[in-house]
Amino acid sequence: MQIVQLIINGILLGGIYAVLGVGMTMIFGIVKLTNLAHGEFVILGAYASTLISTTLGVDPILTLIVTIPIMFLIGMGLQSGLINRVMLKGSEPALLVTFGLSIILQDLMLLLFTADARHAGGAYSSIVFNIGPISIALLDVILLAISLVTIIILSLFLKKTYLGRSIRATSDDTQAASLMGVSVKKTYGIAMGIAMATAAVAGLCIALKWTFYPSSGGGYLLTAFGVVVIGGMGSIPGTMVAGVILGLAQVIGGANWGQLISYLIMVLFLVVRPQGLFNK
Amino acid sequence: MSEPILKVEGVQAKYGDFIAVHSATLDVPEGKIVSLIGSNGAGKSTLMDTVAGLHKPSAGKIYFKGEDITGLPAEKIVLRGLSLVPQGSRCFIRMSVEDNLIMGSFPKTARKNVKKNLERVYSLFPVLKEKRNDPSGSLSGGQRQMVAIGRALMTEPDCLLFDELSLGLAPTIIKDIYANVKDINRDGTTILLVEQDTQRAIKTGEICHVMLKGNVVLSGLSKELGDDEIKKAYFGI
Repeated sequence: MQIVQLIINGILLGGIYAVLGVGMTMIFGIVKLTNLAHGEFVILGAYASTLISTTLGVDPILTLIVTIPIMFLIGMGLQSGLINRVMLKGSEPALLVTFGLSIILQDLMLLLFTADARHAGGAYSSIVFNIGPISIALLDVILLAISLVTIIILSLFLKKTYLGRSIRATSDDTQAASLMGVSVKKTYGIAMGIAMATAAVAGLCIALKWTFYPSSGGGYLLTAFGVVVIGGMGSIPGTMVAGVILGLAQVIGGANWGQLISYLIMVLFLVVRPQGLFNK
Repeated sequence: MSEPILKVEGVQAKYGDFIAVHSATLDVPEGKIVSLIGSNGAGKSTLMDTVAGLHKPSAGKIYFKGEDITGLPAEKIVLRGLSLVPQGSRCFIRMSVEDNLIMGSFPKTARKNVKKNLERVYSLFPVLKEKRNDPSGSLSGGQRQMVAIGRALMTEPDCLLFDELSLGLAPTIIKDIYANVKDINRDGTTILLVEQDTQRAIKTGEICHVMLKGNVVLSGLSKELGDDEIKKAYFGI
């Protein structure tokens, strides 16, 4: 029975990992940029949700109504005002700019929010269902649901809308997309905005489940990297499966071995299947 | 001769220090099929990219429907009714055939007629309807060229530019596609055709321009140009 419990825990954790990675994989696949600031974006989202919920006294999940649009606008502003400009000079300068952004954001959060550990507790934190020998925390189920809904909405948006199609087209061939009337720079801005919005969701999940510090971003960046490598860049179904694989590795390995096993799987994928699970 | 829908006047285009097009001047009269021929490296494709807005000209002027479009980006030019079918089709390979075509309706002016235009493309290329849900990357070269043409038609162009339409395609497929090009022209779309297949280009286009080393060196009605004259302009002898 213990194995069933492990698998369930792994899948529950996988949802959070998937939503962590989905923003990263979008920027990889569409803007062709390694966004080293993604971890800080996520932590920024975590702070935003925590602070808004404690100040206004509302449920942390409700803060998404505010944090998603704000983070979207910040992402779009960063891409249009900063990253698009340096991308003209090549991909390395853009990579360095995201590295710089990650340092600036980390120090800014340290300055604003101090180095104290934070956590956004909800009323449902301590509720646990027991089905026979298996126990499932309500919080984990809610987080998985939030992650799934986010990813499903995102993939429907990419599949069914003009804007979504234009994002996919840009990721396939920028010049051909511009011949269809798509402004590539504007599309990059929207893509970064969306990536930032998913970071707001990931941030909320992290704030609800764990404690976090201004410096926590780096670890989550690595997890997001793992999801991108295993799932394949730009692939949303790949992101889901990769999230679950990493979640299982984390749960099975436990506190001592979890990270190590995750990175070994990542290296294994880089050697054997560098294009990821679902890419050809 | 009717009023030119597209006028290219002394356009120069460079890649860094390399001048690919020196000074190209040509007219495309409304409603006609015009062909542009020239050997490899004559600057035909660069000129097409420059007219469509993918490449910025370093000198000269481009007028479309009497308006100056020089230096406008591609995404603005397509809104005015000028659409390029680029060399090598350049489909969105990970997207389905139908999504590729619907991308052509991205310009807001073309969106309200998506259904009608989609039906038109499917009746022009029935094989695309069969394969509408397949990723365009799985298609053959000829079918990809059809997707690229269909996608350009979906933008509702008044003038279509074709860059190396027959490149790498089997002769029977080339024949079919050229029949389609004539159909498209008959429906009222002006066509500028860039070709390496000189014979076919001269036969299809009512008017012919010849490019050599970055300049348009000969222009005239195809039936009035002699073989020798074209040969001399083509090879620069």
